[in-house]
Amino acid sequence: MKRAQKINPLEAGMHGLFFLCGFVAVAFVLVITVYLVISGLPAIREIGPVNFLLGTTWDSKNKTNPQYGILPFILTSIYGTAGAIVVGVPIGFLTAVFLAKVAPPKVAAVIRPAVDLLAGIPSVVYGMVGMVVLLPAIRELFQLRAGDTLLAAILVLAVMILPSIISVSETALRSVPREYEEASLALGATEIETYFRVTVPAAKSGVAAAVVLGVGRAIGEAMAIMMVAGNAPNMPGLFKSVKFLTTAVASEMSYASDGTLHKMALFSIGLVLFIFIMMINVVLNAILKGEKE
Amino acid sequence: MEEANIMPQTALEVCRNEKCRGKGLSMGRKIYDRGLRGLVWLCAGLTCTLLVFLIGYIFYRGLPNLSLEFLTTQESLLKGTMGILPAIQNTLYVVGVTLVIALPLGVGAAVYLTEYASNRRLVTTIEFATETLSGIPSILYALVGYLAFSKTLGLGYSLLAASLTLAMMNLPTIIRTTQESLKTVPQGYREGALGLGSGKWHMIRTIVLPGSIDGIVTGCILSVGRIVGESAVLLYVGGMDGTMNNFFASLDKFAHSSGATLTVQLYVFAKERAMMDPAFAVAVVLLVLTFLINLAAKVVGKRLRQR
Repeated sequence: MKRAQKINPLEAGMHGLFFLCGFVAVAFVLVITVYLVISGLPAIREIGPVNFLLGTTWDSKNKTNPQYGILPFILTSIYGTAGAIVVGVPIGFLTAVFLAKVAPPKVAAVIRPAVDLLAGIPSVVYGMVGMVVLLPAIRELFQLRAGDTLLAAILVLAVMILPSIISVSETALRSVPREYEEASLALGATEIETYFRVTVPAAKSGVAAAVVLGVGRAIGEAMAIMMVAGNAPNMPGLFKSVKFLTTAVASEMSYASDGTLHKMALFSIGLVLFIFIMMINVVLNAILKGEKE
Repeated sequence: MEEANIMPQTALEVCRNEKCRGKGLSMGRKIYDRGLRGLVWLCAGLTCTLLVFLIGYIFYRGLPNLSLEFLTTQESLLKGTMGILPAIQNTLYVVGVTLVIALPLGVGAAVYLTEYASNRRLVTTIEFATETLSGIPSILYALVGYLAFSKTLGLGYSLLAASLTLAMMNLPTIIRTTQESLKTVPQGYREGALGLGSGKWHMIRTIVLPGSIDGIVTGCILSVGRIVGESAVLLYVGGMDGTMNNFFASLDKFAHSSGATLTVQLYVFAKERAMMDPAFAVAVVLLVLTFLINLAAKVVGKRLRQR
């Protein structure tokens, strides 16, 4: 008893050190939040929250009367993400059903690493292939002057969120107890009926998590869509050149000069994006927690 | 073969048995079954086609432009060479420095969470912070890295500032994988070591950490993959200088110089200079790297799990 009570300085030191390491993650989150809020608020205050969030024109190049309204960016981000989800989720989800249930094990063993590879390909590579393949195709197909459109960005995003949707939904589908399926099959349901009416409903929170994760990835992507979306601050339209919240920051960061309202407005866009992401994280955590219980 | 057909093992096998497939189903159910099955195969086919096309196209366009010279020289108008050696060096440097910073912090945090922390609320806070970090997109890291490291700490556009930012970004990956493998070390080992009179730190150093090396290595490999694929942070915090830095002359000077990594180099080639041939060659290099990293993660995970 006595010996246990004696505090070993090395042990106490290591305890403290590990505690500091553990606290670093919290410190990082605080640093990020504080920096984004402090640097993002001044421009919002100067422009006015209503003018900033609901203004429909962004004209930072105008020297005499610059306009900083980010509604086009917000709407583009929402439309683009929704589009990517509409295109990407059904394909990804059904591919996950294929990999988890329908595919012969040997086929699945070939496709799965390939999907992992898809997940690891850097986003600039997607952007470049989109530039070279997708843009001319869209231009020809729809008789446009340029292929740099919201549509191109949606397609690139849809491809980019595929791997995470596939792997998260596949894990969810696989974790459904086998007995459920056996019972359904024994009652006379066909294989496909079983998967879609028993397995999928049982795995629905996992699939929901996959969708939310896809939303998070799509709304945060910058470099790939900067290469295909055209980067003009228009209100969103499928065949218009558009700017997302992310690409607004990314494309103007390097030429906005320090200390100007323009640069501060970019930080404010970052703050708006951060708030969006935090809301998505909260939803994702709620879904995952619900699943655990 | 014969026996398997006579005595199927599971309901699934009965169902998959050709003879009873679709027997006695109503028209509606038949359409439902066939229709959905067709859709599933269609989507899987689509994904595969996409994959084969992407990889095939990149190799088709990139391989002809890839040569030993491309990998081992720097771009020079005087010598007429077109190479990406500086980008390769910068990438290696950023990967190395980021891991040196993030690895001890991440492993330490995971050890604290699984071995030391007794306060439930503190654990939830730290885990919430980790999840938040992993959900933040890289463009926001780029903004914060620019503000905190380039401006506040005065590092400017430099590889060191980029590495610090990437360390923040990769911390959650290392924490999560380490934590998962720490949990697989049997509780009995810990009790055994403590019962034999070992101190807690001694127990962690000799029993727990060696037992969870697989998770730590996997975390490292996954982080390397993320760093190699990252572009926004490297572009806006690390800069896009394509010239050669002397790697061995002075690490300190190297750290404070701006430099383009492979992804940034690709972006500069493709978007800013419209040079598609070298861009595709860089894409091939990145693709091969990604493949090797994925393979390494899988092999390490499997081998160490068996042990």
